[in-house]
Amino acid sequence: MFDKKTLDHSQEGSSRRQAAENDHHTGHPAEKPAAGNPPNSYATVSNLPIKPLYTPADIKDQDFAQDIGFPGEYPFTRGVQATGYRGRLWTFRMFSGFGTAHDTNQRWHQLLRDGETGLSTAFDFPTLMGYDSDSPRATAEVGKCGVAIDTLADMQTLTGGIPLDKVTTSMTINPPASVLWAMYLVAAEKQGVPWDKVGGTIQNDMLKEFIAQKTFMCPPEPSIRLISDTVEFGTKYVPKFNTISISGYHIREAGATAVQELAFTIADGIAYVQDVIDRKKMDVDSFAPRLSFFFNSHIDFFEEIAKLRAGRRIWARIMQERFHAKNPRSLWMRFHTQTAGCSLTAQQPYNNIVRTTTEALAAVLAGTQSLHTNSLDEVFALPSDFAVNVALRTQQIIAEETGVINTIDPLAGSYFVEALTKEMEEKTLEYIEKIDKLGGMLSAIDRGYPQMELSNASYEYQKRIDSGERGVVGVNRYKTEEAPLTGLLKINEKVHEEQIKNLKHIKRVRDNRQVLKCLLEIKLACRSDKNVMPFVIEAVKAFASEQEICDVYRDVYGEYRDPGYF
Amino acid sequence: MSPERKLRVLLGKPGLDGHDRGIKIIARGFRDAGFEVIYTGLHQNPEQIVNAAIQEDADLVGLSCLSGAHLYLFGEVVKQLRERGAGDVTVIVGGIIPAEDVPALKAAGIKEVFFPGTPIQTMVDWVKNNVKPL
Amino acid sequence: MENNLTEKIIRGDVRAAAKLMRGIEDNLPEATDELQKLYPYTGKAFIIGITGSPGVGKSTLVDALITSFRQRQMTVGVVAIDPSSPFTGGALLGDRVRMGKHNTDAGVFIRSLASRGWAGGLARAAISVMYVMDAMGKDVIIVEAVGSGQGEVDIRRLADTTIVVLAPGMGDEIQMMKAGILEAADVYVINKADKDGAGILKTQLEIMLGTKTDYQNEWKPLIVPAQALHGKGIDELTAALLQHKDYLYAGAEIMRRRRERAKLELAAAVEHSLRNHVKMILESEELNTLADNLAQRKTNPYLAAEQAVHKAMGKFREC
Repeated sequence: MFDKKTLDHSQEGSSRRQAAENDHHTGHPAEKPAAGNPPNSYATVSNLPIKPLYTPADIKDQDFAQDIGFPGEYPFTRGVQATGYRGRLWTFRMFSGFGTAHDTNQRWHQLLRDGETGLSTAFDFPTLMGYDSDSPRATAEVGKCGVAIDTLADMQTLTGGIPLDKVTTSMTINPPASVLWAMYLVAAEKQGVPWDKVGGTIQNDMLKEFIAQKTFMCPPEPSIRLISDTVEFGTKYVPKFNTISISGYHIREAGATAVQELAFTIADGIAYVQDVIDRKKMDVDSFAPRLSFFFNSHIDFFEEIAKLRAGRRIWARIMQERFHAKNPRSLWMRFHTQTAGCSLTAQQPYNNIVRTTTEALAAVLAGTQSLHTNSLDEVFALPSDFAVNVALRTQQIIAEETGVINTIDPLAGSYFVEALTKEMEEKTLEYIEKIDKLGGMLSAIDRGYPQMELSNASYEYQKRIDSGERGVVGVNRYKTEEAPLTGLLKINEKVHEEQIKNLKHIKRVRDNRQVLKCLLEIKLACRSDKNVMPFVIEAVKAFASEQEICDVYRDVYGEYRDPGYF
Repeated sequence: MSPERKLRVLLGKPGLDGHDRGIKIIARGFRDAGFEVIYTGLHQNPEQIVNAAIQEDADLVGLSCLSGAHLYLFGEVVKQLRERGAGDVTVIVGGIIPAEDVPALKAAGIKEVFFPGTPIQTMVDWVKNNVKPL
Repeated sequence: MENNLTEKIIRGDVRAAAKLMRGIEDNLPEATDELQKLYPYTGKAFIIGITGSPGVGKSTLVDALITSFRQRQMTVGVVAIDPSSPFTGGALLGDRVRMGKHNTDAGVFIRSLASRGWAGGLARAAISVMYVMDAMGKDVIIVEAVGSGQGEVDIRRLADTTIVVLAPGMGDEIQMMKAGILEAADVYVINKADKDGAGILKTQLEIMLGTKTDYQNEWKPLIVPAQALHGKGIDELTAALLQHKDYLYAGAEIMRRRRERAKLELAAAVEHSLRNHVKMILESEELNTLADNLAQRKTNPYLAAEQAVHKAMGKFREC
């Protein structure tokens, strides 16, 4: 990318810098040591070593057209949209949900009034795991970690007054994704919104659950089948909906390095694409444009930017070379980003605002399509109204005050950023190759490979913090005595009772024979090659509960239980 | 004969949340501190954890919960241990727990609450100082 | 450890049983006394050993077997053995993760056991834990351990019936063959039988077993394909195990095997006893005197060692 003179010159400069560093260490300081605690080693949060200086020599093997190029053009390193944020800002999408559908609906309206531009649903654990509020397994969990949804009635309350043809909703739901999606589609229908006008995302990514998040129901193989059913159904009838959000977020939260996050996510994506092609015999270009991604933005600023830029390039190449996609949109890695929950500290919690800001800025500089900023109090509880507001304002300040949106991919061409992007790409491809050799992601999960990689990485990371090698302000440095944070969100214990009462009422007034008939039809579909979605939609319309439908899945496919890999 | 006592620790995840990064790090840390660590895995109810703790003759039970259901789930484990004649087993907990819940947890019989960011060594030292083989 | 646990254990008291097991592992003198009292109540259970390389799905198979035996109204004890770290002495015992659903079944008792360093000690502990479960009235006791590592207990000598678990694509058949483990099973399970390579593995095994003509007595090892995770092949496996049990009891084979186990047990008990004496010597005051003499060249190490052992043997006879 550079002429010989430039390269010679930068080589020489690097040597001078190295000499200065050596002087520094041998007691002839060329510069005074900085105040505060310098790191013991100059490495990223993922323990990737970083050089003191990057020059043209570090990116000499990169080709501008092939590796970097222009936004909106292959290989999309610089973004999928040609117009960047000038065309459209990222979606301000705050993950929220707690208590009853009514509670959450109120917060949603408040967030929209505050300037949020997309909705994102957090469900409680019983809902996430496919249990109704009256299940013994739901004891003490109803409405705690998100909103409780048992039937279509709850979903209609949740979306009440929200124009589903204008606002898109993301639903973090995995094993029961088909059921919650069906409820959402029927709720839209009842609002008079046709399915082809309904936009949004269901997470529907089971592979990362086996690897990291551990919200599972059925074994991997049938789980993938249900996912492919939703992809097929969405392609035909709900063309504006993203039917999978291939998620690295939870993989990172479970302790992965940046490279592992990217590699396992892309390997999951490969498995989904392959399954839809094999099982449904669908053309890759018919469904690939609706695949979306979800990444973590951790505290290491440049590593995150490089990771996300590398991700776009890798995915574009894989879609083109491995799957022979022709539609440019099939090559797009569109992603939602959330700042790293695991980077927040219980100690000195107001510092979390600064962490979240830094992480959000990285996501924006990397060209995210959508962003959730964590609230400062999430180490203790679901966020309070105040904390959510600060988090949303953080995005608004980045968008409207800092000027970082003025130009597209502003860090492109930085010797460091391009070199690090390349390094992320290479290391990610090594992992993908390893997973290919293991027979693909399903087989790798079966052997516990990604699970054990995460377990090792998270333990190593903890040891680096415990030894003080890596500093965390307020945790192992600059510690202070402090009063506990107050004003945390409390979930009303009445939520559980109320949910059970509502569910009982619905089971009394609905046509139970119709419900049984619908459930039987789902069972037959599960046992055949038929797409389950139309049957699930009918069941939902008849007010079958989430668990009743999930019990059919469990009955036909069996239950997956934690294998406990270390 | 000379006794060769080893501390036996049972680590459990009561409830439905699957966040097991923390408890797995602690499991490894405790192993490296010389304890025998029995892990029960995810999605266990209090009864399952209590039965396992008794079968394994655990001296210490460590519980993690990040779903907000900690008051009930942790309290239930202590209660059932007592009902089963194993009230001498020490119970410690961690997770996403508001500081204001700590008094209630201690009143329920939880010996210590560890918040995110606690170094492994701090926990190991606490265990060595507070728990002896039963 | 409280005394008089035996009464409670025979009545099926889980906590008392767990306390005694712990006492044995921790080498508490009272534990040996209790074991002696318990011994007459043992010898009834059917003992199954399961071994195989890491990752073949042993614990998942045990989980499925528990379900299967419970469906037959049989009570089950499980001894799950995992290695201790040679560096720290700690251990991470995760086998029961896969058996979690049986935690609330009063007819099932699962106990994790760390190897704690020396094979004799482990064998003693494992056998003793089995006895406690046996005395509690468990119909079936399953002992699970990785079979190919060093410093491990030889599971085949503990059990009435031995299962070796294999899975396709693990590449461990050759290792196991070298270690002689592959040859000693009564029942082979090819787990993950839906995976590529399962058929080939079965054929390889059949060829290997077919060329082996010196079967003691007339039992020809069975090969059972299974998918433990999905509960497939488990009924067949249980039937094969019970079939082997019938075979054992029909002739003299059960006695031959129990004699083997008795030898192992005796060896472990002797080793345990001597080890305690060695420890006593090494921790005694006399050792310091001997060491002083040795340092001053008043004696030599060979004579000193002999004197120390003689002294201890004197004590040995006393007790």
